[in-house]
Amino acid sequence: MIIATNVHKQFGKLQVLKNISVTCNKGECIALIGPNGSGKTTLIKSILGMVIPDSGFITFNGKNILHDWNYRSYIGYMPQIGRYPDNMSIGQVINMMKDIRNHEGSLDEELIQAFDLEKLYDKKMRTLSGGTRQKVSACLAFLFNPDVLILDEPTAGLDPVATEVLKEKIIAEKEKGKVILITSHILSELDEMITQVIFMQEGQLVFHKNMIDLQQETGEQRLSKAIAQIMLKR
Amino acid sequence: MYKIFKYVIRDILRNRIMLAYTALLLLASGSIFSLEDTSAKAILSVLNIVLLIVPLVSIVFATIYVYNSNEFIELLLSQPIQRKKIWLSIFYGLSLSLGLAFLVGIGIPVLLFERSLTGLLLVACGALLSVIFAAIAMLAVVFTRDKAKGIGTAVLMWLYFTILFDGLVLFGLFQLSDYPIEKAMIVVSSLNPIDLSRILILLKLDISALMGYTGAIFQDFFGTATGMTLSFVALMLWILIPVGISLHKFSKKDL
Repeated sequence: MIIATNVHKQFGKLQVLKNISVTCNKGECIALIGPNGSGKTTLIKSILGMVIPDSGFITFNGKNILHDWNYRSYIGYMPQIGRYPDNMSIGQVINMMKDIRNHEGSLDEELIQAFDLEKLYDKKMRTLSGGTRQKVSACLAFLFNPDVLILDEPTAGLDPVATEVLKEKIIAEKEKGKVILITSHILSELDEMITQVIFMQEGQLVFHKNMIDLQQETGEQRLSKAIAQIMLKR
Repeated sequence: MYKIFKYVIRDILRNRIMLAYTALLLLASGSIFSLEDTSAKAILSVLNIVLLIVPLVSIVFATIYVYNSNEFIELLLSQPIQRKKIWLSIFYGLSLSLGLAFLVGIGIPVLLFERSLTGLLLVACGALLSVIFAAIAMLAVVFTRDKAKGIGTAVLMWLYFTILFDGLVLFGLFQLSDYPIEKAMIVVSSLNPIDLSRILILLKLDISALMGYTGAIFQDFFGTATGMTLSFVALMLWILIPVGISLHKFSKKDL
């Protein structure tokens, strides 16, 4: 569904992405992991068209995304740090997104209810805590029933209850056959949901493996231990 | 496109600075018109406001506004919307609201006290200058990521167009005073939208007689219909070129 081919990106002298090629297919739930500054967020932003690669190209459903913009209506994106207009309230932001997206078909407001956000609809975005902001970001990502979900550290800053709610939601969406691309540093919470692992380091793709293959190769059941073993070997 | 434009307009009109700006213009032009007895003198005083205050407020307000809508832009970028539409919606929103503030603040008093061709020209030039300096602000923003640097650049641009440019032209004029450069001056003056507006209006006030030979040449060119049309084309280019460049740059920017 999403195919990136030889994507290269440089910020000044710093090479952030070095010839990355990845493929994401329908029904896969992919964990994108790697140390800080390994280029995970840049890769995600290139897929969204927010960062434009220096060379290489990305296709979505067979179409190059460079001159297309409509493909983003099939994507729900939850940024690492959600930034919203300060003087708007939660309700205004959510209603604005509904108005601008002009979505046909049903809206998925499950998360809004689960997080009980309607009670906070009048709160201005600038007064929100980091966790509440994350909740708004999560609600917006799932709101339009997208085929692809791109979640950049979704649980960072959320309390244990909200984390559990979000995890269950991600698993439920995965069961529906959606593509899910997720980055996280808390490997233990990825165990229950992922089918594929992409490991990046210093802008390079170290490996892209099936979770089952990874478990067999390392003899470890848990992702954190499997990754630790691989990192020790290298 | 219309939807984003709607949100931008709604956001700007809620801004108190915009209301204060309109009130200030209204107060200044209203008092000038009711205090000055000759209409030419009143027009000259209002002209100074139009050429100094309007560009300054337009460029500074537009720069700060675009920086502050960074979050809004970021939010929209991950949505199925063309980048071009986001950028143009912000520009249209700024132009419309700055133009509207000007038309209310200066346009209404001019309409009440000075219903002449000169008055009309003054209003048209001021409205165009509002849009031109919003366009230049968009250019300043797209080239600098840092807010303080961007606002500094915007103020410097204003300083250049209002003061430095005239100084440079005067310097050149003295250096080349032995040559017949009057015709070249017409081209040079179109390189500065503020100068162009000033010449257009001053010539209508019959003080061009005081400007000597250059004044006569200017009158010959800017006084004719072709000259007027060409100067308005030049002013339009001052909108289209900065917006075009900033749009091109924005559609390739990493956010």
